[in-house]
Amino acid sequence: MPDTVLFYVFSAVAVGASLLVIGQRNPMYSIMLLIASFGALSALYIQLDAPFVAMAQIIVYAGAIMVLFLFVVMLLNAPREDAAQWDRTHPLRHPGVTRFGAMLAVLLTVQLVWALLRVTDASAAVGERGDVAELTSVRTVGRVLFTDYMFAFEATSVLILVAMVGAVLLAAREEQR
Amino acid sequence: MDQATLRFVIQLGIIGLTFFMLINASAALVLAERKIMGFMQQRYGPYLVGPHGILQPLADIVKLLFKEELRPKGADKWLFTLAPIISVTAAFAAFAPVPWGAETTFGGLLDTPVKLGVADVNVAVMVVFAITSMGVYGIVLAGWSSNSKYSLLGGLRSSAQMISYELAYATALASVIMLAGSLSLREVVDAQDGFWFGFIPRWYVFLQPIGFLIYAIAGVAETNRAPFDFPEAEQELVAGYNTEYSSVRFALFPQAEYINMTTMAAVATDLYLGGWHGIPILDRWGLGWLWFLAKVGFILFAYIWIRWTVPRYRYDQLMQFGWKWLFPAAVLNLIATAAFILYFNA
Repeated sequence: MPDTVLFYVFSAVAVGASLLVIGQRNPMYSIMLLIASFGALSALYIQLDAPFVAMAQIIVYAGAIMVLFLFVVMLLNAPREDAAQWDRTHPLRHPGVTRFGAMLAVLLTVQLVWALLRVTDASAAVGERGDVAELTSVRTVGRVLFTDYMFAFEATSVLILVAMVGAVLLAAREEQR
Repeated sequence: MDQATLRFVIQLGIIGLTFFMLINASAALVLAERKIMGFMQQRYGPYLVGPHGILQPLADIVKLLFKEELRPKGADKWLFTLAPIISVTAAFAAFAPVPWGAETTFGGLLDTPVKLGVADVNVAVMVVFAITSMGVYGIVLAGWSSNSKYSLLGGLRSSAQMISYELAYATALASVIMLAGSLSLREVVDAQDGFWFGFIPRWYVFLQPIGFLIYAIAGVAETNRAPFDFPEAEQELVAGYNTEYSSVRFALFPQAEYINMTTMAAVATDLYLGGWHGIPILDRWGLGWLWFLAKVGFILFAYIWIRWTVPRYRYDQLMQFGWKWLFPAAVLNLIATAAFILYFNA
């Protein structure tokens, strides 16, 4: 019973905070709300008996990536978005772009509903479908990552490296000018 | 009283004691800092309140409580209030998974032993790391919400410094975790029980001297202590991120810093210095936590010692050192440790 209550509390926080991230006009508040959303999500992971994933979520997303976001927002000193000042001719306000966005939203909803309908044993707790603690332990995650998913793992690493080199190159070119 | 109730009460007592010790650690450290600084500069330090000035922190707290609480006009109301709360909450929470003593039955009072420490989590090392990394938001938000240039610069520096040193810190931690084969701090401590050749304690500091050094340096940087106290940097930034704060809100920042130092020292003791193990007699009598306290106390003394001995670096030196020396050294150490384990275990 307390588990169920906690599940709904954390789910509500995660969904509510995520919605507010988009609704906020102040980028600083958006970041804080996104962190709250990540925190609630990691609480849900703990409820699923996956403490390692939960902590990785906090360290990587809430701890490292969001600090970087915060750094950029502070450095650029991004102003409040003001509805009154919104430029109607802004490229993102072009009717073609908005229609494409709406189409993507519909597509995402359809995907989500389809995926949810495929879950047949939603009533069974995840913990009953096998030894979850064993499945998500650090040892198992490490083993699987470096055997079964070796290629995907390494490919992702190279991809990130490419992005990093690109960023350094752009920054260096800026400096030369 | 039956066993279950007794157990519950004892567990609550342990949690309360840990909380009490942490609150007092910050007061004791303020006094220790001023006294040690005084002795290093050939003077007495605070001397007037109580015998030899030992009640000085009490006077400080009363003074801070009665100061007027100010908020700059252009400051962001919510985040300005939230920032010190985040700082101090993260500082307290980070200590929760740190064990500080062996299992004990309190001289046969309980049938099954309880573990000394607030929470025994099987991914304790990651929990400490995750919550510590949340603490930086307090400093960054304080810097941003104050609407002051000095504060903003302090906050910016803090976030950049945190990202740079967290990598080396985590890599140093990973080497110890590989040696112990567990993410639980309690298991890491128990893996260091016993002696080599009968007299050298099996502490990981002897297997990981470079790792310990990296951990110590990154730890000083993570807690924003001199010589890495760039978010504050009095000479350049007035007081850095906390320039606009006053009264209790201001007091929460140094309190968070001192509690973070204590956590850092306690984790170092658990990971590298064998926790409560090392003196067989104390272990047998169930007094290992005294030995643990002594080690934490020594590390904290070293922290203060470093602060009043080494001058602050330049900001670009800090960044260069973090990325070009500390992080590569930590990665090499990790690879060497992995090779060592493979060679001796295969």
